[in-house]
Amino acid sequence: MQIHQYDTVIVGAGGAGMRAAIESTQRSRTAVLTKLYPTRSHTGAAQGGMCAALANVEEDNWEWHTFDTVKGGDYLVDQDAAEIMCKEAIDAVLDLEKMGLPFSRTEQGRIDQRRFGGHSRNHGEAPVRRSCYAADRTGHMILQTLFQNCVKHGVEFFNEFYVLDLLINEGRTAGVVAYELATGEIHVFQAKAVVFASGGTGKMFKVSSNAHTLTGDGQAVAYRRGLPLEDMEFFQFHPTGIWRMGILLTEGARGEGGILRNKDGERFMERYAPVMKDLASRDVCSRAIYTEIREGRGCGPDGDHVYLDLTHLPPEQLDAKLPDITEFARTYLGIEPYTDPIPIQPTAHYAMGGIPTNVEGEVLRNNTDVVPGLYAAGEVACVSVHGANRLGTNSLLDINVFGRRAGLAAAGFADANDFVPLPENPEQLVQNLVDSLRESTGTESVAQIRKELQESMDANAMVYRTGATLKQAVEDIAALKERYKNVSIQDKGFRYNTDLLEAIELGNLLDLAEVLAVSALAREESRGGHYREDFPTRDDVKFMQHTMAYQEVAADGSTSIRLDYKPVVTTRYQPMERKY
Amino acid sequence: MEKHSAALDAAEAGGTKLITVTVRIRRFNPEEHPDPVWVDYQLEMDPKERVLDALNKIKWEQDGTLTYRRSCAHGICGSDAMRINGRNRLACKTLLKDVNPEKPITIEAIKGLTVLKDLIVDMDPFFQAYKDVMPFLITKGNEPTRERLQSAEDRERFDDTTKCILCAACTSSCPVFWNDGQYFGPAAIVNAHRFIFDSRDEGAEQRLEILNDREGVWRCRTTFNCSEACPRGIEVTKAIQEVKRALVTRRF
Repeated sequence: MQIHQYDTVIVGAGGAGMRAAIESTQRSRTAVLTKLYPTRSHTGAAQGGMCAALANVEEDNWEWHTFDTVKGGDYLVDQDAAEIMCKEAIDAVLDLEKMGLPFSRTEQGRIDQRRFGGHSRNHGEAPVRRSCYAADRTGHMILQTLFQNCVKHGVEFFNEFYVLDLLINEGRTAGVVAYELATGEIHVFQAKAVVFASGGTGKMFKVSSNAHTLTGDGQAVAYRRGLPLEDMEFFQFHPTGIWRMGILLTEGARGEGGILRNKDGERFMERYAPVMKDLASRDVCSRAIYTEIREGRGCGPDGDHVYLDLTHLPPEQLDAKLPDITEFARTYLGIEPYTDPIPIQPTAHYAMGGIPTNVEGEVLRNNTDVVPGLYAAGEVACVSVHGANRLGTNSLLDINVFGRRAGLAAAGFADANDFVPLPENPEQLVQNLVDSLRESTGTESVAQIRKELQESMDANAMVYRTGATLKQAVEDIAALKERYKNVSIQDKGFRYNTDLLEAIELGNLLDLAEVLAVSALAREESRGGHYREDFPTRDDVKFMQHTMAYQEVAADGSTSIRLDYKPVVTTRYQPMERKY
Repeated sequence: MEKHSAALDAAEAGGTKLITVTVRIRRFNPEEHPDPVWVDYQLEMDPKERVLDALNKIKWEQDGTLTYRRSCAHGICGSDAMRINGRNRLACKTLLKDVNPEKPITIEAIKGLTVLKDLIVDMDPFFQAYKDVMPFLITKGNEPTRERLQSAEDRERFDDTTKCILCAACTSSCPVFWNDGQYFGPAAIVNAHRFIFDSRDEGAEQRLEILNDREGVWRCRTTFNCSEACPRGIEVTKAIQEVKRALVTRRF
């Protein structure tokens, strides 16, 4: 075991982690611990853009953006946080441009902007061009630009270091414990401030746009240390994933004029969202797609998908604005999007919930109090700027605005405070976890349990949910958790043991899937991405509040979930019926 | 719908026919044995699946010790560059049907970087070369209040090299790099190109001096392996030629 000491430790090297690192490295001695090499993060898979009311191509302002964000989140958004995000969006985009990001440009040489789902002019009048973009590679460019600036500022990375525990002592953050993939060695990082920026949980679903590596590691670590998880029942299903594979096809495709069609060729979104049509928010589009499929208007021999039609757009426009997604269609489906519509279905995409934070990125340990020195930003966190449904582009915005804020706040905290002592045997929990998996002689397979988990989540906790399906999910997960205790791995070595890594990741997914299903079962209403067929309307009297899920450990070591609720911060906008 | 090509019908066809595929992998684990060994795996696959899907199926159902890097699984993150049938490709962007699955498909680690275990190589020398070309925007004077202006034409000038995902498929396909690990390699030059030809950048002279080094662009022998290997379709050799030309003419 090795012990290291840094002022600030950042966990994760995607957009939020690197944005935080750029700030904290200039102000405090910072280490970034990352399970992957920095540019492998899933920020790079984001395509369509990052919204900010620059008003480069038409009238716009941050207040309209705030309204759209609150409405998009079905009024579960904390409005003070959304206001900060939408105001700071403008500088966040300009900062990236100054760091070198190669945005697509207007004829005047300014950053170009395009339409995106749920983003509107003057509180819902019509779609507005707000998304700043670089073709359909905006996330790639953000990730590369942030990494380039990390190189410039000499950010210290520990690549392929997998953080498996959070150390809290005397009520304060003491550091983290990591497993070095190359050697199997355990490293304790003592730190004054820790920022979690470890991304989402999308691999609990089968059809998913998420990378294999998105297994909710940060959320699971915090949860097991007694911290709450907020709003985990709200999971976004992106309307346009490649059929069966789930690979993301950007909403920017519809922003450029793409149309969703059913087997009759009908532009069915006109029936569901007369004003915004194909650019209604993602939850609305995903439900509409599944309604079409359920009512027999799906495409293909089994009627289990619909089409994203780009065939009416000029090939030059597709080449210039959507080069990557058209290539995905060619590579993975063997079709030509100039002339063929693309078979798509909703795909698990984004966790609105996560580790609760305030607007400075400080992690909450209950409804009101923070854990001093602990921060979270990006998909791992819940500020909450996305509420019950995130608007397209607002995740790239979130990582830049709140990544920066968390980095600044963490460095400031590290400057003003001393280290707290490490707890006794700080590596113990991780050592036990790793040893027990390596030495297990059980008979259960990681891949089999993961497959069954993903199938149950797709069947029971996806776009349409009922009390019965969610109970089924809870039961399935409980049974899988029992079997997981008897899981074993084939690779017993210390060098790059990815077999061990996958087993640990599965443990995280199981815990988080359980939180999702239990939180969803208790929320007897429909709001944003959480749709209950047995409770099809929004219930603002009972449920306009955030879910806070805690792990309770009984004397015999068994665990259960305790749910609590936290009020929503409402400033400007009273809840209204949500129409697009 | 009216427009229904044969390709679309094929893409939507249900009831896929599985075929038996032999995947021949160069295994290496110094914890177990000092020498690499070729191992054959047989599995049932849909030919429309990816090579990465085959590797996953082997790891998940046959041999959990098989070790490789992967993340996004659709050609964006750059984790899974490997030599497939002797050519550098991303396992997640290569479909089985395109690599002649009737015969054994050979898979080994990319060349020129130290193999650490199975398909995992030491990426640190690769990233060091990248860092050495100062891969970030260099500007002088005060920052503007708003964005820097750039015409769509100037933006287009370096578009090709912004696509790089740092997967190392190009660098590890280069015979010069295989023989001389100190050569910067195509990927580092691509990333220098991305800034040298960015109209906003003012650090081109510095970068060109770095690449004028003995181990710089002049080592390139224009074999075009890099361009063929690039999974993003970057014209790597052309970019290297443009950097060479800029060194001679000092125009960029």
